[in-house]
Amino acid sequence: MNYFTEVVLSGLTRGSIYALIALGYTMVYGIIELINFAHGEIYMIGAFTALILASVLTIFGFNTIAILFLASIIAIVYSAMYGYTMEKVAYKPIRNSQRLSALISAIGMSMFLQNYVRIAQTSDFLPFPRIIPRFPWLSALPISMSSAQFMIFASTAVVMVLLTFLIKFTKIGKSMRAASQDKVMAKLLGVNVNKVISVTFIIGSATAALGGILISSYTGQINFYIGFLAGIKAFVAAVLGGIGSIPGAVLGSFVLGLTESLGAGYISSDYEDVFAFIILAVILIVKPAGILGKGQIEKV
Amino acid sequence: MLKIDNINTFYGKIQALKNVSIEVSEGEIITLIGANGAGKSTTLMSISGIVPARTGKIYFEGQEISSLEPDQIVGLGISQVPEGRRIFPNLTVRENLDLGAFLRKDKAAIHKDLDMVFELFPILAQRRHQAGGTLSGGEQQMLAISRAIMGRPRLLLLDEPSLGLAPLIVQQIFEIITQINQENKTTIFLVEQNAYLALKIAHRGYVMETGTVTLTDTGANLMQNEEVKNAYLGV
Repeated sequence: MNYFTEVVLSGLTRGSIYALIALGYTMVYGIIELINFAHGEIYMIGAFTALILASVLTIFGFNTIAILFLASIIAIVYSAMYGYTMEKVAYKPIRNSQRLSALISAIGMSMFLQNYVRIAQTSDFLPFPRIIPRFPWLSALPISMSSAQFMIFASTAVVMVLLTFLIKFTKIGKSMRAASQDKVMAKLLGVNVNKVISVTFIIGSATAALGGILISSYTGQINFYIGFLAGIKAFVAAVLGGIGSIPGAVLGSFVLGLTESLGAGYISSDYEDVFAFIILAVILIVKPAGILGKGQIEKV
Repeated sequence: MLKIDNINTFYGKIQALKNVSIEVSEGEIITLIGANGAGKSTTLMSISGIVPARTGKIYFEGQEISSLEPDQIVGLGISQVPEGRRIFPNLTVRENLDLGAFLRKDKAAIHKDLDMVFELFPILAQRRHQAGGTLSGGEQQMLAISRAIMGRPRLLLLDEPSLGLAPLIVQQIFEIITQINQENKTTIFLVEQNAYLALKIAHRGYVMETGTVTLTDTGANLMQNEEVKNAYLGV
């Protein structure tokens, strides 16, 4: 396989993970206009929970497939509960205050969760078990894709399809869109906006946790700090695509993932993380609303 | 049916409603008229639970609703068409209407009501797949009223349905309001600045000034009242 395909494949892998995280950012922003800086920590907690569960399940002698599914599903549910609780504890009480208060609360939540995991677990890098089994049929493909990469692409695609369906056609999806456009009117039609916000946090946290589990089994190691950088980059991706827009978040994530991989592959891998922030600076100058974002027209 | 008992409502420290009491009987059209900033919209927002009254109580069919959440109040059968229509601009006409029936589970009846609404306002049927934000002001008002009807309310609160619309459209909207009252037996609480039109269709009216109800009578009597004539009818 040539070098270019390899670089693109790795870019798409990153893009998928960013997309899983960026969805939560953009959905939460769409509804309560809050940049939830603690969102990356949910991704990290998802990975840690899966690691602990996988270790325990291995001791009990479960087979690989059972470990993969049980550890992932329980970790996702557990992280979704974290997201739900986070909103209730850190954001709901100050929902009617200035936006800066909620932002500070989010940064505090992020620091709290990072340090909580550091104290409860360790500050060292831990090896993450290869919970994704080898798929022998992958070698039949013309391009060499690892089973972890395949799993990442497949899961991201499934999540995107499910989420699109949920938001477009279900009742909760319609109430989410309504609440993001006009909360008072949504209430006047009988929508329980508190419930809509909770559901948004639950969905966003679940997809972030899924991203955390997948990327950890791809890279093979985790520590308490992985959520920070991944969270910031997913945030860049969400802003790049147009914060508040779901297709925008996905598009922004792939653009960012590919840029990083191509930049690292052809320019220098030392500057890998820099590309994300160059993109952020450029987009904020050229098109502040993002690729698919709608510029807000202030009516006077 | 609805009894507002001596409510006081505040925005922060500013008092918007002072000792307001209003009663609405089943089947009536009542109207609340008054100048800009008199507290008419606040009265409706207090009924709907968006800006709850700080003191005083509101009863709907004997049940106290002043401590309920907005969605629970809608569930009891009170829908509001707020000022400025508040159509969801990025949702289609059909989706806006679907949200009107958000709390209902009777699918067959919802479908029937949708047909009824499309019969009432054929233009909405034509535009059902169009985004709400692309409609004209009059069409948006039709959509806003239709969306509220989709909830099958027993009490419909209407806030300034004539605002910013051409006289011909206003005429049409008011005809529909009377029709909804007579055919669907929906009780109507109409807030209007266009006092003449409102009093013409209302059974009873209340006049509001700086947060207080100053006058109440039948619609016909209020139209003859000298003060009302001078202040609101411009004759």
